[in-house]
Amino acid sequence: MYDTIIIGAGMSGLAAGIRLAHFNQRVCILERHSVIGGLNSFYRQGGREYDVGLHAVTNYTPKGSRRGPLTRLLRQLRIRWDELALAPQVGSEIAFRDARLRFSNDPELLASEIAQSFPSQKDGFCSLVASIADYDRLGTGGFATSARAEVARHISDPLLVEMLLCPLFFYGGAREHDMDLAQFFIMFRAIYLEGLARPLAGVRLILRKLADRFKSMGGELRLRACVDRIVVKDATAEKVVLEDGTELAARRILSSAGWHETMELCGPSHEARMIGGLSFVEGICVLDAEPRRLGHDRTIVFFNDSDRFEYRNPDGLVDLRSGVVCSPNNFVYDEPLAEGMIRLTALANYDRWASLDESDYRLAKLRCYDQVVASAVRFVPDFRSAVIATDLFTPKTITRYTGRQRGAIYGSPTKRHDGRTHLDNLFICGADQGLVGIIGTLISGIAIANQYLLE
Amino acid sequence: MTANEIREAVLSILSDIAPDEDLSQLKDDVAFRDQLELDSMDFLDIVMELRKRYRIQIPEEDYPALASMTSTVEFLEPLLKDA
Repeated sequence: MYDTIIIGAGMSGLAAGIRLAHFNQRVCILERHSVIGGLNSFYRQGGREYDVGLHAVTNYTPKGSRRGPLTRLLRQLRIRWDELALAPQVGSEIAFRDARLRFSNDPELLASEIAQSFPSQKDGFCSLVASIADYDRLGTGGFATSARAEVARHISDPLLVEMLLCPLFFYGGAREHDMDLAQFFIMFRAIYLEGLARPLAGVRLILRKLADRFKSMGGELRLRACVDRIVVKDATAEKVVLEDGTELAARRILSSAGWHETMELCGPSHEARMIGGLSFVEGICVLDAEPRRLGHDRTIVFFNDSDRFEYRNPDGLVDLRSGVVCSPNNFVYDEPLAEGMIRLTALANYDRWASLDESDYRLAKLRCYDQVVASAVRFVPDFRSAVIATDLFTPKTITRYTGRQRGAIYGSPTKRHDGRTHLDNLFICGADQGLVGIIGTLISGIAIANQYLLE
Repeated sequence: MTANEIREAVLSILSDIAPDEDLSQLKDDVAFRDQLELDSMDFLDIVMELRKRYRIQIPEEDYPALASMTSTVEFLEPLLKDA
């Protein structure tokens, strides 16, 4: 009998596991895939290491900072700043058809770019930043209200509203067109006020650090252990049954599988199917040179080819109007990465991808890669002649490896902020508890473990 | 445990919780919150560590006693006198 079984060895499950194992619980983390990480993971192909998920860690604060979510979670997980060895971004850009705004880990850059390109909006932007500081001080609420309405309250130029929202939606928008106000404030601070960073070794370094910490404290991690169902008796989760028939009992279960996915494990219910949810394709291009040698020196470029940014499930396989270009090389590392790399993300329609038969699917992937790259090079220097290897993952890939319905990287459009379920000993953490991004999901695991599972 | 031993024990807990801090400069009379920016999650950890290491339970209403090193040592002395 375990004290706690955790479903899913992603960021939130591992973080929760560390907290519980540290305080002497018998904890077992069950991971369906052969690799840890969930939505932020990694794989090897053709002798190369690829990351999934993480473009950058948000909420960057330099070593020695005592404030902010990064410091809080390092303390909670007993990880020293140096162990993550985060390298700050070089600098990023929001690139729309008629305007560009650069931003970096110094918030002054974005403010001055706005003052230059949108002089009439300078004061509005200052008051928006001030309202975020107020929100931090005064605390909670705002889950239901609209980020769009809040930004428009301060900023009257609709183009600037769209530009400011674009990176936040791409890096954490679970619903179409808008974002909960609380989520918006968290994301705004995470990306524009604190900033972006990455460890040289990428997401695998963070995951290995977490898994090692968990195991060193006596935690048990089982890979290829896919939960088939949660057995419920008298409004209590009694045990989990794995696909291979193994039964494991625990006093409490913490699921990072997602809200609907967890409800589905409990048996038939109207909650067992996600409605909505946004997914993406990601193309990965390995280059024969560092991107900056090809004239591309930005860390991340968020692009959109019109004035209006439409963040929604596209009608076709993929939305080629907008996207994200991330170069893992363009962080301030002590030593360069082994190879040049560019990752391209665009909104994609899960149902469309899922409905293709095997040969159409393969063809669509090839075609989609070309289209996404062609779309991106309208906004960054054309790097196509330098590409030596490519891969593309789709909404279907995401569901296959993570079990997440509809390839929904940021989870269900409806969040369950209290982490509770209809069962008194079953809790959820991770993206569907409400916090997204690496830092958000780590904090989700920590917070839910602290609140319900430590006693 | 003597007051000095208790102080060392608390320092050891703090160095675990905040591994990046240089605790040699810690001022005993200044609140941890102000010196180290400890938040409520960190205070929970101090309590949990005391329970784990010395098997003492600290009820929530006594958490304010853990504000600074001086007040923490004072508070823990009777609880840890036989430890």
